[in-house]
Amino acid sequence: MKIAYRPIALIVLISAFSGVVFQRAQAGGGRYFPPVTDTVVKAECGSCHLAFAPSMLPASSWSRMMGDLKNHFGDDASVDAATADKITRYLTENAGDTGGQRYGRKLLSGVTAQNAPLRITELPKWVRDHREVSAAEWKKKDVGSKANCVACHADAERGYYEDE
Amino acid sequence: MKTIFSACLLTAFAFPAIAAAAPRDDLLSQYAAAAKAASPAFSGFSAKRGETLHLSKFTGGQPDTPSCTTCHGDTPRSAGRTPAGKAIDPVALSVSPTRYTDPAKVEKWFRRNCTEVLGRECTPLEKGDWLTYAISQ
Repeated sequence: MKIAYRPIALIVLISAFSGVVFQRAQAGGGRYFPPVTDTVVKAECGSCHLAFAPSMLPASSWSRMMGDLKNHFGDDASVDAATADKITRYLTENAGDTGGQRYGRKLLSGVTAQNAPLRITELPKWVRDHREVSAAEWKKKDVGSKANCVACHADAERGYYEDE
Repeated sequence: MKTIFSACLLTAFAFPAIAAAAPRDDLLSQYAAAAKAASPAFSGFSAKRGETLHLSKFTGGQPDTPSCTTCHGDTPRSAGRTPAGKAIDPVALSVSPTRYTDPAKVEKWFRRNCTEVLGRECTPLEKGDWLTYAISQ
């Protein structure tokens, strides 16, 4: 029996190629962070700022942050104990070094549970990726804060942080 | 038969409105009871005082949020914006009809926002005045 190697090779090549393209498209150039889907977490963590994707920080950062919501970057963001427990569980289970590993790996490179910051904007990779943004751009009225991802990343709410 | 049907229909349509208004009334009566307990001279809430509270500038809280209007905007019927860029539904009930129906949520935001703007929690009188103002708008 003669095996038709060429068509088989062609099929393998095509599927490998589309696999790569699909993954890239899905990842938005490697910058996809699944958005918060839990309604309580979305409401509580998303009323003052974008509900940041849990995969953007390691579980240890989320636990520490949730342990002191009364002093949340200068604001009182405290919630009742039951709500706090629920949010903590969601964030740590989907953190960048637990359930969200696939997405957070690049952003958390060089970050350990011990040296992890609480601010996403202090992650070394975040700083590198934003070094071209000038001080004047950060100060623009419609930007206002480094926590305002959507000012530049229009699809951030849906989890896509494409290059601008 | 027809009248009974009409009555049922009327109740069915009227009920959601009643159900939606009840938590607001409950909140206001709680604040009224507490205000009365604090000061026997209390004679009801005032939308005007609420407006003054809403528009005033304070120095006791955080420097970047001297007034309610810092985040809620200058007009109660327009949307506000948080420092991190999130839109805030207008505080005026006429524009945001679902507002102030969850007492825990109302209390949570009074606690956080009064602390940030005034540097202390608001009194029941202030809460009642402000809520009366927002409802009237």
